[in-house]
Amino acid sequence: MTLTQQIITIGVVVLGTLLTRFLPFCLFPAGKPTPKYVQYLGKVLPASVFALLVVYCVKDVSWNVPPYGIPEGVGIAVTNANHQVELIPIGFVSHFKRVVRIIPITEMYRPA
Amino acid sequence: MKSKSVILNALKADFPYTVPIFAGSMEFVTVSLLPGTFNPLEAFLLTLMINARHLFYGISMLDRFHGMGIKKWYLIYGMCDETFAVNYSAKVPVDVDRGRFMFWVTSPNQIYWISDAALGGIFGSYIRFNTKGLGFAMTAMFTVIFMEQRIREKNRVSSILGFVATVPFLAALGAENFIIPSMFALLILLSALRGPMERRFES
Repeated sequence: MTLTQQIITIGVVVLGTLLTRFLPFCLFPAGKPTPKYVQYLGKVLPASVFALLVVYCVKDVSWNVPPYGIPEGVGIAVTNANHQVELIPIGFVSHFKRVVRIIPITEMYRPA
Repeated sequence: MKSKSVILNALKADFPYTVPIFAGSMEFVTVSLLPGTFNPLEAFLLTLMINARHLFYGISMLDRFHGMGIKKWYLIYGMCDETFAVNYSAKVPVDVDRGRFMFWVTSPNQIYWISDAALGGIFGSYIRFNTKGLGFAMTAMFTVIFMEQRIREKNRVSSILGFVATVPFLAALGAENFIIPSMFALLILLSALRGPMERRFES
């Protein structure tokens, strides 16, 4: 590819990405009432989407050759367990829980 | 001087992908596209397929971005997987401005992404130890959010449907092709179950 062709390719990828991000907001603008069906999807989709994302993360694991996805499986199981009862108080997961609650950041924006 | 040119090259290599595209997997795919033959239509369709999940993020965030003014457009632009995950699941206290909160999740996330990709370009070749498994951080994050979501919304059905609609397609079609059919299956299942699901929400 020449430089111009590369720039066009990147431009096209940018366009596609922006389209997937903005399309829902353009189709259902704030001013107009969102169709009931789309509102329903907005409520039920997230829980499914996070399941989809977990699957998406392990999509490249080969389950039929050693180590049969055992490291990932154990990792997810430990993450689950650690999230329910905090087994390991220091670590990525508990750190992430703190980030999700974002207490220190939100404190900064409390009106005085 | 040599190290300076390495840094410059890494930045030059990093900038065109991470700043305007800013969509994890697509940046890597674009890198692999560029040395190949010029086919903008294929690149466009590939982008739509890989990033189609963002449509679902948008639908989920429609209500939450209402009334955010000009910030809304940046929040939509910056909504990569991780940012969506945090913005959707964070419990924003009532006395905190939601727009500012989400802005301060989105913009550092984007900055980390750009700067870390550049750092990877500069120092990646110096890393000698085995980095296999580092990527599990992302799996762990989504696992935690998935669980939080399930606990908080008591929405077992759509959590389970998320697996029912994806795992068979992953098994049958493989890692490259399963997302789009999974998304359609999910839409069909959720639409079919709308009646009982709506009743659950009301009760």
